[in-house]
Amino acid sequence: MQQETVQSGTIETTYREAVREAIRDAIKRDERVFLMGEDVGRYGGCYAVTKGLLAELGPERIRDTPLSESGFTGAGIGAAMAGMRPIVELMTVNFSLLALDQILNNAATVRHMSGNQFGVPLVIRMATGAGRQLAAQHSHSLEGWYAHIPGIKVLAPATLEDARGMLWTALEDPDPVLIFENVMLYNMTGKLAADAGPVDIDRAAVRRPGRDISLVTYGGSLWKTLDAATALAAESIEAEVIDLRSLRPLDDATIMTSVAKTQRAVIVDEGWRSGSLAAEIAMRIVEQAFWALDAPIGRVCSEEVPVPYPSHLENATIPQASKIIAAAKTALGRA
Amino acid sequence: MAEFRMPSLGSDMEAGTLVEWLVKPGDWVKRGDIVAVIETQKGAIEIETFQSGQIEQILVNLHTKVPVGTPLALIRAEGEAKPGAAVAAPPPTAPAVPLAAPPLIRAPVAPPAPPPPVAPGAAARARASPAARRLAEAQGIDLSTVTGSGPAGAITYADVERRLGEAVAPPEKKRAPWLDLEAMRTAIAAAMARSKREIPHYYLEHQVDITACEQWLTQKNATLPPDNRLLIGALAIKAAALAARRFPAFNGFYRDNKFEPAPAVHVGVAIAIRGGGLAAPALRDADQLSLDDLMSRMRDLVQRTRAGRIRSSEISDPTITVSSLGERGVEVLYGIIYPPQVAIVGFGKTVVRPWVVDGAIGPRSVVTMTLSGDHRVSDGHAGALFLAEIGKLLQEPNKL
Repeated sequence: MQQETVQSGTIETTYREAVREAIRDAIKRDERVFLMGEDVGRYGGCYAVTKGLLAELGPERIRDTPLSESGFTGAGIGAAMAGMRPIVELMTVNFSLLALDQILNNAATVRHMSGNQFGVPLVIRMATGAGRQLAAQHSHSLEGWYAHIPGIKVLAPATLEDARGMLWTALEDPDPVLIFENVMLYNMTGKLAADAGPVDIDRAAVRRPGRDISLVTYGGSLWKTLDAATALAAESIEAEVIDLRSLRPLDDATIMTSVAKTQRAVIVDEGWRSGSLAAEIAMRIVEQAFWALDAPIGRVCSEEVPVPYPSHLENATIPQASKIIAAAKTALGRA
Repeated sequence: MAEFRMPSLGSDMEAGTLVEWLVKPGDWVKRGDIVAVIETQKGAIEIETFQSGQIEQILVNLHTKVPVGTPLALIRAEGEAKPGAAVAAPPPTAPAVPLAAPPLIRAPVAPPAPPPPVAPGAAARARASPAARRLAEAQGIDLSTVTGSGPAGAITYADVERRLGEAVAPPEKKRAPWLDLEAMRTAIAAAMARSKREIPHYYLEHQVDITACEQWLTQKNATLPPDNRLLIGALAIKAAALAARRFPAFNGFYRDNKFEPAPAVHVGVAIAIRGGGLAAPALRDADQLSLDDLMSRMRDLVQRTRAGRIRSSEISDPTITVSSLGERGVEVLYGIIYPPQVAIVGFGKTVVRPWVVDGAIGPRSVVTMTLSGDHRVSDGHAGALFLAEIGKLLQEPNKL
């Protein structure tokens, strides 16, 4: 066995291909699984995630839908209640608002409203985030809103392993799971174990250990945060980088263990600052690790404006490594 | 206008650091009020004012080290005219001199001078992180003694750790705040070396039957709640104080090659401090106090001394010292005089011995008293009478 593992080795791949492989694997593995969404079939997905899958897996399993997020998300909920394992792709979080009623009022509540007679084992995937010059209406980062809702799980895969491995575990879950794929990650290349498979979806991961400050982040901001940590290390500041992976539920234990060690925290979140997920995490740290804190908790969030179209303004609006470095230094009294 | 000056709390003190103001401009104080805390080699000392009045101006900022005699604040006596705004602060060493005549009648009433700025942080809490606060509390570190290096100058965990490293004392975890045992040891070394260098000590020793005291105490304490019970040490101090009043050659100061007898008897009580410190603050007018008062003052003094908070007058006032090693000590101790005092009386522990009373041998409680006297001031003959007087007084505890 060991021999085989070594031989199988790693493959060079992209985040996009890792998601595609996860979908292909799930559909092949379980006959109840199918994917539906706008342009997922003939067009191959607006981010080309599902390119080639219609030809390979057929129209029963890869289904193009009308432009009606509320309609096909509701259809997915019904299919899940009836025993299927649907993957609903919402093109982006911006359009998911049209399906918010289905997600919040149906998917998240049916188990409760039916007295546990029905569950909704549904997975909804969607792209999120800014950075591709798509202007204010197509650049939202609203995963923090969804993380507010009891009854669903919210995931944010940031690595190739998680892009490849979270989907299957999410499909196994008896309740709705939302997966947010940051638009800036699809082209990310890297090495992935050829036999990469399902991963857990309930624990945060320490992506870089450090002793001086905890940088808590997720999704597209993870890589900017790791860049910041590398730059900080050049100034003898050892930052610990935590990838939340799951935004709901939050893995408090991993966060608090880290903060207890470093005594300082900066939260990096592409959502707007007010009422953000970063605010929730900061408050949990205050509730659970107040006496360990050696500095005010810092936040790097998006500026509270509609995301601008011009590239330089867009970049100035969302978290960047330079802002993370500055926030970390402020917390360390080295600004 | 009176000046409140950095006091001398001992012949070895040259300077002190102001660590806390307990008053602000405009506050009224009366003689005896504690107005500031200064840090010396003996630890943090609360300083009293001898002048009643209103605090006019604070002249020295916190954490400033200034020589003895430096004016720290101006106190305006009740009824004294408020100086005009034009009056400059007096030079630090000269007494306050009014520079301008009071404003003439025709002049409109001058608006009061704006209150002088209080040193920042005097009233506000120290800015410190939760982690720093928790560490400081656990380690008995006063945050006002820690310099902050964190965001906006806040005190961080590392700052408290650094402060802990500075205050390396014997491996005592629970140290009283502000008690710098290392500095205290330096002060003891200086005082004791000076004593042995300058004072020609002579030593006398006298054994006293204190059975009467013990019996009297047993009876008396039976009627008292535990918190108010008397200890034999209180009787010893009272007896020594009364004897000192009758033998003035043992009560006072030797300064500038001459002896100055003291008009009152303030007994310095030697108090050991856990971790290796020693202080002998004064029980003022010990000869005048009832035993109950003396006992409660003694308890208070021991508690405050071990907490590192002694008043300035208590440090500089003692006119004679009494040292008792208590029940866990040895039978005889020979004290070293604390200059500029001229005598120290020692009490060993009480032991039961065969003793002749009225021609018969019986078991009696016996204590060995000693006197270390300054031979420049007194001779052995006077010392013997002084010591015998203490012994005599202890035979009639009900009269103490």
